[in-house]
Amino acid sequence: MRHLLSCADLDLASTNAILDLAEEMQQVQSRSVKKLPALRGRTVVNIFFEDSTRTRTSFEIAGKWLSADTINVSAKGSSVSKGESLRDTMLTLDAMGVDAFVIRHASSGAAAQVASWVKAQVINAGDGQHEHPTQALLDAFSMRQHFRRIGAEGFAGKKVAIVGDVLHSRVARSNVLLQQILGSDVVLVAPPTLVPTGVNEWDCEVTGDFDTVLPEADIVMMLRVQRERMAGGFFPTEREYTERYGLTPERLAKMKPGAAICHPGPMNRGVEISSAAADAANSLVLEQVAAGVAIRMSVLYHLLGSEEGALR
Amino acid sequence: MTPTTGNLLITGAKLADGTTTDLFIADGKLADPASAPAGTQRLDADGLMALPGLVDSHTHLRQPGREDAETVDTGTAAAARGGFTCVHAMANLTPVTDTAEAAEYVQSLGERDGHCEVRVVGAVTKGLGGEELSELGRMANSKAAVRVFSDDGKCVSDSLVMRRALTYVKSFNGVIAQHSQDPRLAGPNACCHESEWSGRLGLAGWPSQAESVIVARDVQLAELTDSRIHVCHVSTAESVEVIRWAKKRGIKVTTEVTPHHLLLDTPLVAGYDTTFKVNPPLRTSEHLEAVREALADGTIEMVGTDHAPHARQDKDHPFDVALPGMLGLEQALAVVMEVMVNTGRMDWPTLVERMSYAPARYSQTSTQGRPLAIGEPANVTLVDPNARATVDAEASRSRSRNNPYHGRELPDPVVATIWRGRITYQR
Repeated sequence: MRHLLSCADLDLASTNAILDLAEEMQQVQSRSVKKLPALRGRTVVNIFFEDSTRTRTSFEIAGKWLSADTINVSAKGSSVSKGESLRDTMLTLDAMGVDAFVIRHASSGAAAQVASWVKAQVINAGDGQHEHPTQALLDAFSMRQHFRRIGAEGFAGKKVAIVGDVLHSRVARSNVLLQQILGSDVVLVAPPTLVPTGVNEWDCEVTGDFDTVLPEADIVMMLRVQRERMAGGFFPTEREYTERYGLTPERLAKMKPGAAICHPGPMNRGVEISSAAADAANSLVLEQVAAGVAIRMSVLYHLLGSEEGALR
Repeated sequence: MTPTTGNLLITGAKLADGTTTDLFIADGKLADPASAPAGTQRLDADGLMALPGLVDSHTHLRQPGREDAETVDTGTAAAARGGFTCVHAMANLTPVTDTAEAAEYVQSLGERDGHCEVRVVGAVTKGLGGEELSELGRMANSKAAVRVFSDDGKCVSDSLVMRRALTYVKSFNGVIAQHSQDPRLAGPNACCHESEWSGRLGLAGWPSQAESVIVARDVQLAELTDSRIHVCHVSTAESVEVIRWAKKRGIKVTTEVTPHHLLLDTPLVAGYDTTFKVNPPLRTSEHLEAVREALADGTIEMVGTDHAPHARQDKDHPFDVALPGMLGLEQALAVVMEVMVNTGRMDWPTLVERMSYAPARYSQTSTQGRPLAIGEPANVTLVDPNARATVDAEASRSRSRNNPYHGRELPDPVVATIWRGRITYQR
């Protein structure tokens, strides 16, 4: 595997290899000296055309703990406004001898375009409304640990409900693809205005009725809903959204025993997720953040770590 | 411009109707071959077809304004390479063609630099702003004799402005050519046909109905005003149905389809290659099928290339940011042959009707779209119906390289193009 642009680049073997190595990497996190020499001498540029705190930081930490030279480039503001094309921006950095780009961009497809232009390897850290593969991997990692803890290992037959603004969510798209690889049953729960066109071809269930799905779900993944969607006429009011699609304290009580809550962050407490749910014992939210570093170490290692590349 | 002047005798050419004839070109007109003096320059057309020069109803020449992307010289050279003897220069230039002076300037560029006739299209509204009418009448009366008015690139979305425009152009027999795109249903970010593909790729969708609702409104306004409407680049099955209905009612509507909407489909955007970003977007196969059928049965009566050259720096952006548009002039005939003629959907006389006669009638261009008969203007396209080649974007005469057919094996029919008796392209 040369690039990680989409969860469609993965199969079951490569997914499990990334998750397994991430477990080893996570043990490194608990040591006092966390640095491994694996990527010494390699240069990873984190180029973020869109704001991000957790993704950028966790990629930066992951690179540093693997001893890569990690450089952060904040390229916020469209390249158009600077008068430079995306291609020129990336070729300029590529010419400096970069081994890998970790790219976040507000436009769908930007990571794939960059991969077609540069010599360096490319990791998609979120492209518009398209995909965010390392988020889906860290979600799967957290779910796997959770299933293990409750003595119900394996994704097969598990019901994963992804709830909210699926239309604009790269997290949802990556999760649908990855959860299908892992063998769980995905249910998308969204107001009909926030369901992508052609979702019936995605091989997953789609419903607007959260309350029917909720008591059967093993994982309830709440998606962030952005306030501008309301202005865009996708739903009438925040209050109505919360009432129909929020993980309220009432809904929290109706979750199946052993079921867990995920949220990719940042959370809108009181909108799609209540504080009671966000901070509940079965909330994996902080675990997901911790898993982010381990997963990104694993992905960097798999792509850059050996001559062959472990997943090539 | 390197035209060959003088007389020319083309021998043994097959016409669209299947008959074989000699064509004698003298003083820019077709003359009786029997009158050709001995020693006249000859062009052996054995095995070739002679078609009336092709006419493109929809061309972006980019001059004035974006001469780095195309000029009248390079754009019409590409047209000649594609077998065209006439193009219609759309109005979205800088400055916009919205005055008689601007129209005459574009006209003069065509006279000076053109490798084919350049018919000027005027803007419907000032600055393509969609609010105030341009000087439609002055453009009509100018030396450019404008008959087609279009804000193409933008939709005249205000129903009242559209009604006024349709009504106003009646006094000089003008036609309003509409870029049918509801700006709310398909907003500025819409860059992919709304479909399973837009959903998967995370691209803002452009539903086919954003086109057909405007077509439906406009044909009714044309009925209300008893005026002429032309629908640019029809791309959807729904629009085709509306147009069929309108024609049945006797509404004066004409339509065009682009070569790319006949051949290229939505999955091509899956790699986010901005060469395939175009507006209206590439549609899915059921829409392709509908526009092919409509072109065959005459519901769509002409082909318009919507040749839209763009400089590399305007395409090397993220998909949603890159400018929409693709080249079309050089491969237009090849694509129509491949999709329509070689599949048996359309015969050669119909192709001539769709690519020469109908677009010339549309803009009332009497010098174009004429049969190859004695006394007619010597606008001739010589075609080898069996030649094929792999398209190379670099080999283009256009100044731009956004050629969606690059790497595709297609017919390569045009052997020579003759405009006003001069050879403007020869292989």
